[in-house]
Amino acid sequence: MRLSVDHITRYSYERPVRGLVQSHRLTPSVFQGQRVISWEVSVKGGDTAAVRGAEFTDGAGDRIQGWSIAGPLTDLSVTVRGLVETSDTAGMLKGYREVINPCAYKRETAMTAASGALSDLAEGVSDAGGALALAHGLSAAVTGAIAYHPGVTHAHTSASEALALGEGVCQDHAHALIALARLRDLPARYVSGYLFADASGTAHEAAHAWAEIHVPGFGWIGFDPANACCPDERYIRLASGFDARDAAPIRGVARGGQPGDEAMDVTVAVLSSDQ
Amino acid sequence: MGVFFDEMNGSGDRSGGGTRAPYARLEEWLATMPKELRSLKQAEAEALFRRIGITFAVYGEGGDPDRLIPFDMFPRVFSGAEWARLDRGVKQRAKALNMFLVDVYGRGEIIRAGRVPANLVYQNAAYEKAAVGFVPPKGVYSHIVGIDLVRTGPEEFFVLEDNCRTPSGVSYMLENREIMMRMFPGLFRENRIQPIDSYAEILRRTLASVAPAKCQGDPKVVILTPGHFNSAYYEHSFLADLMGVELVEGQDLFVDGEFVYARTTEGPKRVDVIYRRIDDAFLDPLCFRPDSMLGVPGLMDVYRSGGVSICSAPGAGVADDKAIYTYVPEMIRFYLGEEPILNNVPTWKCAERDDLKYVLDNLSELVVKEVHGSGGYGMLVGPTASKAEVEAFRAQLLANPSNYIAQPTLALSTVPTFVDEGVAPRHVDLRPYCLVGERIELVKGGLTRVALREGSLVVNSSQGGGVKDTWVLAE
Repeated sequence: MRLSVDHITRYSYERPVRGLVQSHRLTPSVFQGQRVISWEVSVKGGDTAAVRGAEFTDGAGDRIQGWSIAGPLTDLSVTVRGLVETSDTAGMLKGYREVINPCAYKRETAMTAASGALSDLAEGVSDAGGALALAHGLSAAVTGAIAYHPGVTHAHTSASEALALGEGVCQDHAHALIALARLRDLPARYVSGYLFADASGTAHEAAHAWAEIHVPGFGWIGFDPANACCPDERYIRLASGFDARDAAPIRGVARGGQPGDEAMDVTVAVLSSDQ
Repeated sequence: MGVFFDEMNGSGDRSGGGTRAPYARLEEWLATMPKELRSLKQAEAEALFRRIGITFAVYGEGGDPDRLIPFDMFPRVFSGAEWARLDRGVKQRAKALNMFLVDVYGRGEIIRAGRVPANLVYQNAAYEKAAVGFVPPKGVYSHIVGIDLVRTGPEEFFVLEDNCRTPSGVSYMLENREIMMRMFPGLFRENRIQPIDSYAEILRRTLASVAPAKCQGDPKVVILTPGHFNSAYYEHSFLADLMGVELVEGQDLFVDGEFVYARTTEGPKRVDVIYRRIDDAFLDPLCFRPDSMLGVPGLMDVYRSGGVSICSAPGAGVADDKAIYTYVPEMIRFYLGEEPILNNVPTWKCAERDDLKYVLDNLSELVVKEVHGSGGYGMLVGPTASKAEVEAFRAQLLANPSNYIAQPTLALSTVPTFVDEGVAPRHVDLRPYCLVGERIELVKGGLTRVALREGSLVVNSSQGGGVKDTWVLAE
């Protein structure tokens, strides 16, 4: 499938900031399931282009690009435009290069910390069919326990809070699945990316997130509890981390910025450009 | 406990007592020193320390943050031969620790070989995912390795712990010498004492030797401090002065494009090497704690693309974790194919069931420490603790066994120390500061800490410990 992405993030500041530094993970991962045809990220403050900074691939295989721009600035825009050829690998991260040991993803963070209810949910899934069946079972358990409902949770909601609410968005589904997998001793991580919302209307959110679970014998496999499936040709994978904060495609700090002065607006369009 | 080995009079030494050779001249010095001179000199030493402003804030105890760490005028002395062995042992360990760090942030051969358990490394809180896959210049993570040693006999030395992040206290090593030389110049004429004043120059050279490949010309080195409220701020500014480099705070540095710059009166200057005295978590809000105001936004991206070096490298802490400590002898065998020159203290890991049982059965004989603790807090010294303290600790230990390790109470050696009643033996340890860059270097000296309370085995300055000048004699 050929997917086009048009993703613009606009920041505006009530009082001018002295400068901005950002770290991006906005480049599609390199693996069998996706191939970049064209991809361009541009960063502008007013009419001035930001300075390209460090560029490298980290131990988890993410392509990282730094940016900096001197102020004074009252607005900044990050524009991502590109075309990616995707294919269905049944969620498997085939042909992906990374150095990091999967065991490093057994660590819990505030957003993926275990709780009694998460533990009960995890223990309720049988591993009689092996680790792969267990991973599928855990994903299904999250789909069943947390209904998709935007506006109930926020950026800092933890897995255990989302489970208690019984509602949330893709970030909450991914956090809950990561918590469950770790409770069953499977390494798990958060993945951020894009999703093509197909005609059936079942897919949510074009800027999307899901989880990957490391299954012995298979390696990393993606699971999207929000859509009750494994990532296929509708998905574009960007970056991974312990949780949403760690896997954020854009991280930035404004120098001389005042708390509460920043406003952010995001538009994402993922379209199929297949004939 | 039995008889302690005294480094001056040799008591506890099976080969017989009598003043040991390195201390021969100090015996004379002591015998001929008038009592009034002693108290005069002690007052002078205190005044000197106050004047230069070297103080140590005690964590968590409140009180005067500018309390002086007590200085004892009686030196601690090593013969050239004794030091030669320590020198080889310390360098061997510093080398293996750095090879371990390069390995666990790369392919993890030592783990694949089954010599170190994967979970101890990869699930360790000090293991930095962001450091994986990047090898710092010259393959060095820990550029200043502080190795805490104790002695129990003429030939018996044990490593208590390794400090691979930013070991503090080297300013005391240098100032103690300075003050001794000022107060007792005669001693330095009579004894052939190896100098240590090259430390700052070797440190500067070590830091410059790990400048990134992109560095042009003479590397610009800075020391990054969390600020004047930090208990070791004196040391940060002292070292900056001695090395002739700038002392900066996070706000003095900024990232522009692929590099880090320091704001100076002559405009921005590119920085090549940052000797940081702040923890990993605060280095860069874009990579670690987003609320950190102490670090430099974007620093980790510049570091990982080879634009700047950070000393110690982010993630170095995984090598000095107390649970990893037990595997250091294994690292030495695995990476260097050598037998360890310095031994570890036998250690029981309370995370393991059999070990925990032994520890619980022998609690009043053992020293029990928190895996991540430091500064002598949260530990139990069984033999000197009251019954109630032992029982309280037992409950703490049972609540979270994997948080603790235990070691036998070591019969730490003693060195004569000035006390109210005259001169008496007090227990000591030793921290040499090994410098690792293009070369591995160790000045002939270290920081001797002394437990000033009679019978006490805890030398931490936060627990009433003092310091001594440490001499290594020329052969």
